Amino acid sequence: MEIDPFIFRLSIFILSIFIGYYVVWSVTPSLHTPLMSVTNAISSVIIVGAIIAGLAGNSGSDFTISNILGFLAISLAAVNIFGGFLVTQRMLQMYKKKKNK
Amino acid sequence: MIMSANLSAIFYLISGVLFILALRGLSSPETSRKGNFFGILGMTIAITVTFLSIESFSSGLIYVLIFLLIGGLIGAFIAYKIPMTAMPELVAGFHSLVGLSAVLVAISAFLNPEAFNLGFQGNIKLASLIEMSIGAAVGAITFSGSIIAFLKLQGIMSGSPITFRGQHLLNALILISILALTYLLCSTQSSNFFWILLAVSFLIGFLLIIPIGGADMPVVISMLNSYSGWAAAGIGFTLENSALIITGALVGSSGAILSYIMCKGMNRSFFNVILGGFGAAEQSASSGDKEHRPVKSGNAEDAAFLMKNASSVIIVPGYGMAVAQAQHALREMVDTLKKNDIKVTYAIHPVAGRMPGHMNVLLAEANVPYDEVFELEEINNDFANADVAFVIGANDVTNPAAKNDPQSPIYGMPVLDVEKCKSVLFIKRSLSPGYAGIDNDLFYKENTLMLFADAKKMTEEITKNL
Repeated sequence: MEIDPFIFRLSIFILSIFIGYYVVWSVTPSLHTPLMSVTNAISSVIIVGAIIAGLAGNSGSDFTISNILGFLAISLAAVNIFGGFLVTQRMLQMYKKKKNK
Repeated sequence: MIMSANLSAIFYLISGVLFILALRGLSSPETSRKGNFFGILGMTIAITVTFLSIESFSSGLIYVLIFLLIGGLIGAFIAYKIPMTAMPELVAGFHSLVGLSAVLVAISAFLNPEAFNLGFQGNIKLASLIEMSIGAAVGAITFSGSIIAFLKLQGIMSGSPITFRGQHLLNALILISILALTYLLCSTQSSNFFWILLAVSFLIGFLLIIPIGGADMPVVISMLNSYSGWAAAGIGFTLENSALIITGALVGSSGAILSYIMCKGMNRSFFNVILGGFGAAEQSASSGDKEHRPVKSGNAEDAAFLMKNASSVIIVPGYGMAVAQAQHALREMVDTLKKNDIKVTYAIHPVAGRMPGHMNVLLAEANVPYDEVFELEEINNDFANADVAFVIGANDVTNPAAKNDPQSPIYGMPVLDVEKCKSVLFIKRSLSPGYAGIDNDLFYKENTLMLFADAKKMTEEITKNL
């Protein structure tokens, strides 16, 4: 009997939860705010779904509701991607070590 | 140009791995910037691959790019303009966007399942339908919950908990109805159930957050962070996209761990926070008889005198520092102290501020080197040897009642041992209790000098007197 591809996706999912668990525990507490903003940015990889929705099955200039929802989702996710990564960058640049005298 | 499904799946996997490296980088400030770069690279790969695997470019492409550009510009603008003190609001706002885009993608997949290879309208594959419902429901909860969190943090909505009779019962019924609606949706494929499911999920997100008080926001924000991850994972399963599944799992567990750390910092169980209504009425009785105790209050000159004669000072910042935007004034004061060869360190409680790590970012913004800033466990033993503790905008996290009064609602919460210092300077606007509504014994101690003023003005005054 063949294994359903769903099981493979589930395996990726479960293993990633464990990776996330160990990786996040090793994040230093002083960087918890950048951690939140960067997780925000990366969870917006949901934009790949939005792009597919936006371009799905239209050949002419008539857009379906599905396409339009996709467009909206693209801009929302884009706000998050650009906003999230840039604000994280801005924060991380502020963390400086003591200057040696 | 068409990229084969297998090749694009490999690229999505690569971007998933890059996202793991992005989080890994945050284990120290030195590696963090490289980590962020990995994150950006992963995102670029994911988006590029998606474009390359679309079979036919239609007229929609130009709109996709326009919307991408609009969103990107807005995001970049916000990222450069936002003041660091507003970080909690910003993060809550961003969570709501992740939630809403998950909902929009789910609706779009429900209306046009062919485009996503999920079957046909009215006959969507069962597994996909379940995954889609989970993504949509969790996304909707994240959206409305984050909006409420945003409004509370921004001060548009009162930060005090909103509770009513039968609240928990109502919430429980709604949660059960979500499960029932998912079952009905899957067995009938009727779109009506899908819309009701969405409406009910929006409602529960709203109801779950309104009973939670302003100072519990660190837990709420972390929790919503976690939800946004699970929503993304749900959509990832629907789209059979490994980048999205990996990211969803990472973000989901990240938010869960942060919620746990925040709950532990308050010595409260997760359910206790979620059920809400903390510190509303329970405390009024025990603090009533203490109100008329004598307090020593002083001015900037007294404070400056004390600090000038100290050899080590520990600074304890809290939410009040953020509200008063006092971080720069504080750094200037510390610079002056250091010129007088006084050793200065900073002590950060895990739940100081309105989100995890809030104080650290503000201090970093004010150019405080991160190796002068310590977490509770690292620094708590040093208070006994320090001359002055300078408490600016913090309150409950210094309350000795957490250690010696089993009646106190915060009993058992880890606190900073500020009272062990030779003298304590406490900047506060008035004697009013903190969010928990608890009187702080520290105010009445022999060695405490209260400085009743705005945190920023007082700090500037002290600097002048040093």
